[in-house]
Amino acid sequence: MWQKIYLWLDERLGLKEMYTGILDRPEPKGNWWNTLGSASLFLFILQAVTGIFLTVYYTPSPDHAYDSIQYIMTGVAFGWLVRGVHHWGATLMVLVVFIHLLRVFVTASYKYPRELTWLVGVGLFLMTLGMGFTGYLLPWNQKAFWATTVATQIAGSVPYLGDFILKVLRGGSDLSALTLQRFFAAHIWILPAILTGLIFVHLFLIIKHGESHFPQKED
Amino acid sequence: MSGSNRISRRDFVKVTTGTIGGIITAAIGAPAIGYLISPALSAGAKEAWVPIGQKLEDIPLNVPTPFSFTRTQVNGWERTSTSFGGFVIRKSADPKDILILSSRCTHLGCTVNWHPEANEFICPCHDAKFSKEGVVLDGPPPKPLNQYTEFKVDNDGNLLIFVKEG
Ligand code: HEM
Ligand code: FES
Repeated sequence: MWQKIYLWLDERLGLKEMYTGILDRPEPKGNWWNTLGSASLFLFILQAVTGIFLTVYYTPSPDHAYDSIQYIMTGVAFGWLVRGVHHWGATLMVLVVFIHLLRVFVTASYKYPRELTWLVGVGLFLMTLGMGFTGYLLPWNQKAFWATTVATQIAGSVPYLGDFILKVLRGGSDLSALTLQRFFAAHIWILPAILTGLIFVHLFLIIKHGESHFPQKED
Repeated sequence: MSGSNRISRRDFVKVTTGTIGGIITAAIGAPAIGYLISPALSAGAKEAWVPIGQKLEDIPLNVPTPFSFTRTQVNGWERTSTSFGGFVIRKSADPKDILILSSRCTHLGCTVNWHPEANEFICPCHDAKFSKEGVVLDGPPPKPLNQYTEFKVDNDGNLLIFVKEG
């Protein structure tokens, strides 16, 4: 019975080819540094899942953001765990993605034919930083408020365009309810959507080109 | 190895993987479910004696007289006020001879209104009709209007009703 269902699906989906193509592809001799991309992917999924859970209670409004997080920490069963994982996972993800970038640089894996993989990777790194930047404001406590004040002020110091950039980031000249709301939208919709798209392109290119050989002493 | 009753390597790996996988799933799944259903497990408002805001002597005889009260409760990060209401019907001058009905329709929870000309309570949602005693006369409600059976009059003559948990 299961066999029949499997065969039916396989005939239409090509499960076998998918499996060999994605999971059973030939690789050069393994190296732990080459697992950092997969680790980044895992952390991204972890952040997505815990983030979705946080939105069940979190409210992006100046009157309630702080209280709703207080409630998650003290009122909701395992709220401390979900928030804790999202909080530490965020820091870890920036770190892991950055080390992954460094390893690709050090092993010179960005060379032909993988320049595009590298470029998309740069996009992934910037988006990951963007997630950290927008997520930091959401607790709406003193640290979040002033850190974002300072960071948007720095963005505002760009010559000529600075004032405009600052207003776009803040949704006006002050840090306000509009700032919190647009950071929230960026954090849960815009940046994750871009990240997801870039990750697919990144993975497609990796599967297409295969993993680069780890440089030997002679190289 | 085959024919012996020792467990084969293949089966051992299968069972161990299954067991460990199961433990991990439970360890992640239980907190996840707990997190989602958490508010459903918290207690509702406590039972209490609630003044209906009227003195017994001011309530006319034999006329359903509306009253309302609100109860507040902390839900998450906010205090929620919920309004409740009903009708007091003094059947005679005897201070014990009182019928207190809830105005919450027993069908799906809309608020019924007293229509003196029809001598009926009418629910605007699905047109249910209840008699002055709360008995269903017409429409979908499965049972009569609820009653506040416990009530008392304090020293100043205020009428109080006993409200249950939730
Ligand atoms: C969200 C962040 C990222 C995810 C989920 C991700 C995912 C992956 C995965 C799964 C691999 C294959 C395994 C590996 O080589 O480690 C990989 C390889 C690669 N990544 Fe990333 N990556 C991310 C960020 C970046 C960044 C920031 C760069 C560089 C700017 C980059 C450049 C590359 C390149 C060039 C390869 C191919 C390496 C090779 O073939 O040896 N990636 N990535
Ligand atoms: S809710 Fe009153 S009739 Fe349906």
